[in-house]
Amino acid sequence: MSWATRILKVGRIVQASPAAPARTVPSPTGTRASLQIRHVDAGSCNGCELELSGAFSSVYDAEQFGARLVASPRHADALVVTGVVTHNMRGPLIDTLAATPEPKLVIAMGDCACDGGMFRNGYGVAGAVGDFVPVDVELRGCPPTPDQIVETLRKVTGR
Amino acid sequence: MALSIALAALQVLLVLVGAPLVIGAMRQVRARLEGRRGGGVGQPWRDLRKLFRKQQITPEGTTVVFRAAPFVLLGSALLIAAIIPVVSLGSPLDSSGDFVAVVGLLFLGTVALALAALDTGTAFGGMGSSRQMTVVALVEPTILLVLFTLSLRVHSANLAEIAGGTLANPAQAFSLGRVLAFASLVIVIIAETGRLPVDNPATHLELTMIHEAMTLEYAGPRLGLVEWASGMRLTVLLVLLANLFFPWGVAPGGPGLVQVLIAVAAIVAKVAVLAMALSVGETFLAKLRLFRVPELLAGSFLLGILAVTASSFLPAAGR
Repeated sequence: MSWATRILKVGRIVQASPAAPARTVPSPTGTRASLQIRHVDAGSCNGCELELSGAFSSVYDAEQFGARLVASPRHADALVVTGVVTHNMRGPLIDTLAATPEPKLVIAMGDCACDGGMFRNGYGVAGAVGDFVPVDVELRGCPPTPDQIVETLRKVTGR
Repeated sequence: MALSIALAALQVLLVLVGAPLVIGAMRQVRARLEGRRGGGVGQPWRDLRKLFRKQQITPEGTTVVFRAAPFVLLGSALLIAAIIPVVSLGSPLDSSGDFVAVVGLLFLGTVALALAALDTGTAFGGMGSSRQMTVVALVEPTILLVLFTLSLRVHSANLAEIAGGTLANPAQAFSLGRVLAFASLVIVIIAETGRLPVDNPATHLELTMIHEAMTLEYAGPRLGLVEWASGMRLTVLLVLLANLFFPWGVAPGGPGLVQVLIAVAAIVAKVAVLAMALSVGETFLAKLRLFRVPELLAGSFLLGILAVTASSFLPAAGR
């Protein structure tokens, strides 16, 4: 029963959220507060993955704004791509985007995804995400903090 | 007759509208217990509305099995909603649909989805189907046993008569057989609808999935139908649990307007309480290893056998 008492004692962990940012990116389907995200790791150092899981944790709770990570690109409205695109992940990245039903968005997360970052010109690197698929939203940072991730997602979900 | 058809339509409508809210309420309870704020009870409805605006994708090489499965799943769930006593006891399908038919319809939906997953020809689809069939093979006999326990007392397989029998004879409601049957049915509902600890509805790890693995290839409107129908299956099973074991508030056949309103309020309250209790319970559980799931289900089958034994051999309190 210690779990029950702990739940009662801790109560809400989630941070107070600022007012919704202006909606700069039109939501793919034109509906508010519903964005299913498929995460694609195209060759990341896993720094962005840590922050992304932080954004969906109890503290930042991106789910309260309607964003949710899903298991299949077929279920997704947006791809969040992290890391530089390596030679081996170039094909899978393009295939994943092709498997996503229209209308869809690509969010390039982290400096590596946006322009190659510190891994630019590496021997295993094919390029940045924008070189292979059209990028709709860029999220800078190495890695971006959960606050920044949540803010970017809110600009898309509009909540 | 016209009245009973109208009531059946009301039941179907109630389940259609209510199912996403049941899922939303369960997610919301879980979010609160995890210290999060959560997306709100209406989140599944927002997701559904969005899914119906998305592109329909039919994967290469799939056949009519893949395309028809969401409709079979939805149709079977709607038919169950019309047969079982949700609001009133006098369903127009009462004479043709007893509890065996309801279990069969549940199974029909499950099999349709499993076949559709096989039809896609993907590795995860086949894995999801084989897992689901393993679970279902153990679940269906238990549901039949539990409902058989309940039908023994009233000497009828008719669901309305089972609920009516308890209403007429409230002393029987807490007999040993029924308590065992209740416990057994709860476990079975958890397994059948893919909740923790059998399957994790929030997972995105393909290797641990059961239900999700079967829907991986669905997109857009068809995915919406599958998700909606899955919510409806959970809802009708909770309704069945509520109204067979605690039928108070259900309107008798041929009710007045007030009785119907009371019945609607009663079933909404009962399903809300059951869904939230299920969700609170889930918060304390981790997913079972797949090879231990049959042990859990065998346990529930044993409870079912004990329930049948108890209700056929122990003297009834109110007989």
